[in-house]
Amino acid sequence: MSILNVLILVCVLYVVFLFAVAFAADRAALRGQGSWLRSPYVYTLSLSIYCTAWTFYGAVGFAARSGLEFVTIYIGPTLVMVGWWWTLRKMVRVGRSQRITSIADLISSRYGKSNLLAVFVTVLAVIGATPYIALQLQSVTLSFAAFAETEVAAGTMPDMQSTAVWVAAGLAVFTILFGTRNLDANERHHGVVMAIAVEAVVKLFALLAVGVFVVWGLSGGVAETLARIDASEIARFEVTGSRWVGLTMLSGMAFLCLPRMFQVMVVENEDEDHLRTAAWAFPTYLMLMSLFVVPIAAVGLDLMPNGANPDLFVLTLPLMDGRDGLAILSFLGGFSSATSMVIVAAIALSTMVSNHMVMPIWLYVSGGAAMVSGDVRHVALLARRLSIAGIVFLGYLYFRLSGGGTALAAIGLISFVGVAQFLPPLMGGLFWRGATRSGALTGLGLGFFVWLYCLFLPSFGPSVVLPQAVFENGLWGIGWLRPRAMFGAEGMDPVMHALLWSILLNAGGFVLVSLLSFPKPIERLQGAQFVNVFEHSPTPGGWTGGMAQSEDLLVMSQRILGAREAQNLFEGVAKRQGLAGYLPEPSPDFLQELERVLSGSVGAATAHAMIGQIVGGAAVSVEDLMAVADEAAQIMEYSSQLEAKSQELARTARQLRQANEKLTQISVQKDGFLSQISHELRTPMTSIRAFSEILRDTDDLTLEEQSKYASIIHDESVRLTRLLDDLLDLSVLENGQVVLNTQTGRLSELLDRAVRAAGVQGEIRIERDRASEVVDLTTDLDRLAQVFINLIANARKYCDGRPPILTIRVGQSDGQLVIDFKDNGSGVPPEKQSVIFEKFSRIGETKAGGAGLGLAICREIMARLGGDVSYLPGQKGAAFRVSLPIETRMAAQ
Amino acid sequence: MSPERGPVFLARRTYRRRRLGDAARLLPIVGALLVCIPLLWRNGSEASRTTDVMFYIFGLWIALAVLAGAISRYLRPSETEDGSRDPGDI
Repeated sequence: MSILNVLILVCVLYVVFLFAVAFAADRAALRGQGSWLRSPYVYTLSLSIYCTAWTFYGAVGFAARSGLEFVTIYIGPTLVMVGWWWTLRKMVRVGRSQRITSIADLISSRYGKSNLLAVFVTVLAVIGATPYIALQLQSVTLSFAAFAETEVAAGTMPDMQSTAVWVAAGLAVFTILFGTRNLDANERHHGVVMAIAVEAVVKLFALLAVGVFVVWGLSGGVAETLARIDASEIARFEVTGSRWVGLTMLSGMAFLCLPRMFQVMVVENEDEDHLRTAAWAFPTYLMLMSLFVVPIAAVGLDLMPNGANPDLFVLTLPLMDGRDGLAILSFLGGFSSATSMVIVAAIALSTMVSNHMVMPIWLYVSGGAAMVSGDVRHVALLARRLSIAGIVFLGYLYFRLSGGGTALAAIGLISFVGVAQFLPPLMGGLFWRGATRSGALTGLGLGFFVWLYCLFLPSFGPSVVLPQAVFENGLWGIGWLRPRAMFGAEGMDPVMHALLWSILLNAGGFVLVSLLSFPKPIERLQGAQFVNVFEHSPTPGGWTGGMAQSEDLLVMSQRILGAREAQNLFEGVAKRQGLAGYLPEPSPDFLQELERVLSGSVGAATAHAMIGQIVGGAAVSVEDLMAVADEAAQIMEYSSQLEAKSQELARTARQLRQANEKLTQISVQKDGFLSQISHELRTPMTSIRAFSEILRDTDDLTLEEQSKYASIIHDESVRLTRLLDDLLDLSVLENGQVVLNTQTGRLSELLDRAVRAAGVQGEIRIERDRASEVVDLTTDLDRLAQVFINLIANARKYCDGRPPILTIRVGQSDGQLVIDFKDNGSGVPPEKQSVIFEKFSRIGETKAGGAGLGLAICREIMARLGGDVSYLPGQKGAAFRVSLPIETRMAAQ
Repeated sequence: MSPERGPVFLARRTYRRRRLGDAARLLPIVGALLVCIPLLWRNGSEASRTTDVMFYIFGLWIALAVLAGAISRYLRPSETEDGSRDPGDI
């Protein structure tokens, strides 16, 4: 039996063993057993998919070419892992609380569940991972070839291409079998994780075994090995600072951003606490993986013939020494590294492709049509299986096209720089609330383009994709755009050059556009949830929905469950909620129930995602809303305060203006009143003084004269007294201090009394209709009489009719008793009619000087009595109408 | 935007935990600086020996793993949530 056949047999047995492990783990998880599945050590070992065949074979090759520089690839992840408290803890928490299924999901969720962003990340991830998968295929075929070379005599040199096809097909089958067994709520794959953990142990053991063999077997001890290193080509530490620092950073970045790392680190994470173990265990694992790399490289360079591929020293050294068992173990280690990477990468990428590309397109294309139950689940699984096959096939295609000639490490680094482009939007999204979707898209776009142009396309070699002219003269002949010397950065290492420019432009564009653009509400909400994940959502919360979404939910459910089932479900819930019809309120309870029902058909993740798409904002807690609303509220409060203040100011100003106007008016009135009153008072006072002086100073006054002057003084005093009485009366009336003395009496008698009191007999003829005056009144008769007296006296004073006649008419109008006093004079001129009731208003020079207070007093009295006195225009003479409310009088019997 | 701050003085235990958090944050930074130290080494006119750097790097690696293990052992994130505030918090 040739060693090649043994190898194939061992390989098959190993794969069967892996199948068994994965199957057993899945079974145990399904039964709820197997707490060992959730051990932090299993988690740590699953992280070891970072160490792919690139590590297993390539690290030695790397070391053989550039010495100790290879450790940068492992130092970066070590530093990230050691600093888990900074980033990984937050990533894992966000991933768990938001039920993140992939890195594309994380980035798209953070930026408002933007599917465009998810598609972009997915495409970039697929392009970045394809060479890496090719690399794994290449390593397996190369290792096969290494075994085959030992049997050239047998003439069974296998076809490299066919090996790659077999490996690719086998990997695709394994991944499909264990990666898409279920659409689990959290996308966890216990079987796969367990298999990976076993593979991690195998590859570490294999590499350590080869290392021990090389150091103690081939070299003969530690001291001899060190001497061999000192004597080899890589004896000197000749690493440039930029590459040392740059590669460390790059590997750290890639560790965070690689889709497969995200898958095992965040998605498959069972318990956040596992990070505490991984924090020291994973660096230890990496350290052990790297421990023997330099010795193997040095010994290989020393012992192997010139021209031997240093990438295969791990395999060829034992083979050379005839240690076939060790060689097969080593082969298994490499095989494990390659397969675990391809499996996890295919799962991670297929999740992204099916969730963000295939499913949205399928739902869009098939939208509207009512589907039978279970349709979507089949499509989701099929999409994922096809994606896995497609991704593995892409890797194979790349392997075929690139011819498998490139050094392993070079491909790995190209891939690393590609995925490192996720870092600015990822970290920005986790730590900066101001990061926006537009910023993320801009940054990713710029970084992706620079990576494509400066590193990925040139990696195919000159004139393959990019013409030679572009390399020499730059794009469109612009020297600054040469792919290996952007912006004149000449002489840089190509990887460092591409890393520098792509990350600089990526981060710069991301920050700048984020600063300039304004996020949508959902972005701000998600931003708050991501950045403040420790304060807001320690556990996945329930759904919250708005009323408008019930119909959308029904439409979607009909598609998945079938129309009848969905309607029954909705109607039942609506009835339970006490509502008629098919649309229940989307309460958290209902949404959870719906999600459970849907997950029976499509799997929980898809159901969650679908409901999430309709309801929006997965598990938005009140605190989250408040966190976002808080900022807005502060701004709104501030502006409304300003608004209130300005309104208040305007109101105060208006009040002040009114007060000012009133004060001015009052001041004018007061001035007018004072000048009137002083005038009114001075006239009688002047005569009193003058005549009293005459009486005092003139000795020879006749008795007649004395009596005349004394009577003048007396008259003026009486006038003065009357004026003062009137003023007092008016002031009392105006202040409402008057006490009404209500009596009952007949109107005719009241008028008789008024006519008598006015003392107008003989001076003016008064015409009355005594029949109409038979009306009983209940009011303050004295006050009413005062009004009548005033009006009659006015007629006597002002009526210039020849002979003067005053007509008094009593009647009813609009339920009021009206008493009109009309004279036959010239009346009041129209321009004066409005002012005759004002104080001190007099019309022209009067025959008998009144103070002009009479009508003012009348109006005040009538107001007190509940009636009115007004000037009646349009009569022949002056006409005043006194009106009284009808209740105050009683019809005569 | 932090409307409510934690208490000014903390129980000794919580205080310890936060200092452990500080240490956990500091560790990768110190590690990164120490990783760069070999770049400064010169052995006369030639570069330093690979074996020397190798001993240094692997020694550092083990030290980092041990320190990370020691810190992580006592740093329980699930104890209380207030320990996970911004780095600026005391």
